[in-house]
Amino acid sequence: MKKSVLLGTLAVAGLAAGAVSAQTLDEVRARGALNCGVTTGLVGFAAPDANGEWEGFDVGVCRAVAAAVLGDSTAVNFVPTTGQTRFTALASGEVDMLARNTTWTFSRDVDLRFEFTGINYYDGQGFIVPRELGVSSAMELDGATICIQTGTTTELNLADFFASNNMTYEPVPIETNAEGQQQYLAGACDSYTTDASGLAATRATFENPGDHVVLPEIISKEPLGPLVRHGDNEWGDIVRWTLNALIAAEELGVTSANVAELAAGTENPEINRLLGSEGDLGGMLGLSSDWAVNAISSVGNYGELFEGNIGENTPIGLARGLNAQWTDGGLLYSPPFR
Amino acid sequence: MANTPSFVRTQMLDPKDPPITEKGAVKWIRENLFSGWLNSILTLVSLYVIYWVLAHILPWALGGIWNAESLSECREIRDASGVGHDVACWAVIGARWHQLLFGFYPSELYWRPILALILFGVAIAPVLFDTAPRKLLIVTAIMPFAAYWLLWGGTIWGPIVTALGFVIGWAIIKYGSATLGALGATIAAIVVPLLYWLFVAGAISGALGSALPIGIESVASDRFGGFMLAIVIGVAGIVMSLPLGILLALGRQSDLFIINKCSVFFIEIIRGVPLIVWLFTASLLLNYFLPPGTNFDLMLRVIIMVTLFSSAYIAEVVRGGLAALPRGQYEGADSLGLDYWQSMQLIILPQALKISIPGIVSTFIGLFKDTTLVVFIGLLDPIGLSNAIRADAAWNGIYWELFIFIGLCFFIFCFSMSRYSMWLERKLHTGHR
Repeated sequence: MKKSVLLGTLAVAGLAAGAVSAQTLDEVRARGALNCGVTTGLVGFAAPDANGEWEGFDVGVCRAVAAAVLGDSTAVNFVPTTGQTRFTALASGEVDMLARNTTWTFSRDVDLRFEFTGINYYDGQGFIVPRELGVSSAMELDGATICIQTGTTTELNLADFFASNNMTYEPVPIETNAEGQQQYLAGACDSYTTDASGLAATRATFENPGDHVVLPEIISKEPLGPLVRHGDNEWGDIVRWTLNALIAAEELGVTSANVAELAAGTENPEINRLLGSEGDLGGMLGLSSDWAVNAISSVGNYGELFEGNIGENTPIGLARGLNAQWTDGGLLYSPPFR
Repeated sequence: MANTPSFVRTQMLDPKDPPITEKGAVKWIRENLFSGWLNSILTLVSLYVIYWVLAHILPWALGGIWNAESLSECREIRDASGVGHDVACWAVIGARWHQLLFGFYPSELYWRPILALILFGVAIAPVLFDTAPRKLLIVTAIMPFAAYWLLWGGTIWGPIVTALGFVIGWAIIKYGSATLGALGATIAAIVVPLLYWLFVAGAISGALGSALPIGIESVASDRFGGFMLAIVIGVAGIVMSLPLGILLALGRQSDLFIINKCSVFFIEIIRGVPLIVWLFTASLLLNYFLPPGTNFDLMLRVIIMVTLFSSAYIAEVVRGGLAALPRGQYEGADSLGLDYWQSMQLIILPQALKISIPGIVSTFIGLFKDTTLVVFIGLLDPIGLSNAIRADAAWNGIYWELFIFIGLCFFIFCFSMSRYSMWLERKLHTGHR
């Protein structure tokens, strides 16, 4: 009898789970904290420090959303997720959003029923080779042995790239980035391929970074961004416009240092609307009028977030590249706050 | 005429030392290492290999750098000191050992897991050592609830009210048999506490908590990590899987059709599927079935799965012990007029478990090491934390140092478990059988 009760409960629960409610905002408010899915550790993007505090570029997005919704950028429960568990954690409601360098692809957006709320980092797959190999272009890698993480989109991209250029390669499968670094340094492969941001971070850890070059070819598009579940558009809007607020803040010259001063009112109506001294954009989202002020003052604008975690003054040393504002020749382009 | 000997020694001579080649270290070396030309060559080659390995590892390990803030600082210190070879950067252990041991547990509360571990040592003493005072068994009974309270914190009433359920069950068995009969009392002892936990316990502990708020700061499961996580999962799995495994083994031996088939089904299903699949089931599949908003702790789910998994293995190990007992033992127990539980408790199980000790302990060692698999479902066990530590820009690129530290800790735990099992075997003389 107990078994049938159990099965019945499971069935009811399964039905209820199918209709995951459209009240993520209320749940987050009731909980008093945002559940944010992050990686179990990726240099510059998300990692716990010696005190167990999570830091990084993706973590900053979580904190900005928490600040916008709850007014407190520390009210975040960071849920470490692996490549296998991330989508289930989001779909089942274990986390409210994912900010976990996840590539925006058609099937993830449509088939897995998620909603990508923007792009916080434009990445792409590249190659690193030892300088002494004398290779200056990925087109010269015919016949090379290449270290590649198994079960990722990078593996498929690599196969596509070599097939379309009529070249051959010998894959050396590895499991984690750390293992890839070791194998590459030990000479088990001629080249190591992963996202360009990962390559830069990897190269920065080498004893003699100058002995290794990242080849100029980027063989794939990897737009990384935060995502939420289908079916709760209000919550999706909050995450989307929080990210847009960070991007727009940089474009408008609003920083964590001057946001309090600017929030009092400026000559620029767009800044006034963003910071809530004019109009009621916060109210339309169901948030307080100073939502963007809270987000920007806690983590800074997009540029500050970038420079503080992965920019050129950090050990990772990534240039802005595609991730510059559209006014600087990059791809960052926030729709207007109006 | 008799031959009179010209000299008779009247004193015994002291025995002479054997020739130098026939005694002591030289003899041992000659016999064991250089007993022929082939063995001599092998010995020399082996010595060279050992020397070669140590010559590479020891300078690296012993010359390691302990005081640095990052990997690059380690390298600067090494270059400044002028050693020509690579050295270990143990500074990462110095900076992050507390994370590897305790995860993200608040550092001002480290005394709680430590106290729980010490109490655990006291609590298992009467189980492990028969010389320990029997009164310590009270500590053993209290320990699971005390450990839960110490580790997770919160109100003291939760564990107390939960423990009360076991007291109810025990009281029913003890005093209810007369009125309900043995079978009725057994069933009631299972059903009544279950009903109590499901429907009554929450309300009581809530009421008590608001009336008399006694408690310590509560720590959420996501703060657990490192070896603390591995030990909590491992110990909880070990402690709970042994009784469950014994019951399953008895069930598999049972003549009762349904109990027998259920036990066989359970054991074969659980053993037929890898642990990692069960962990993914716990982490992914259950999420879809549970109503949204239910907070069924991931760690609790993992502990349950690990317990079920290892209980199936324990059941088979114990079944081996049961099968090894001569038929006469069962018949002897029956002829004494003992009922089933009495004969199991007094005659069969003590002997069967004695035989099974090596198998049980090696299952436990395997279980403890298998806890590292939780890294795949995003729990930060020592391996997961080593990944997280490397994700810090300061320590990215550190590899062997972390793994050596983790391996050493695991070795200490597993080695002491296996030593204990050997000691227990010697004490119980299972070898003569």
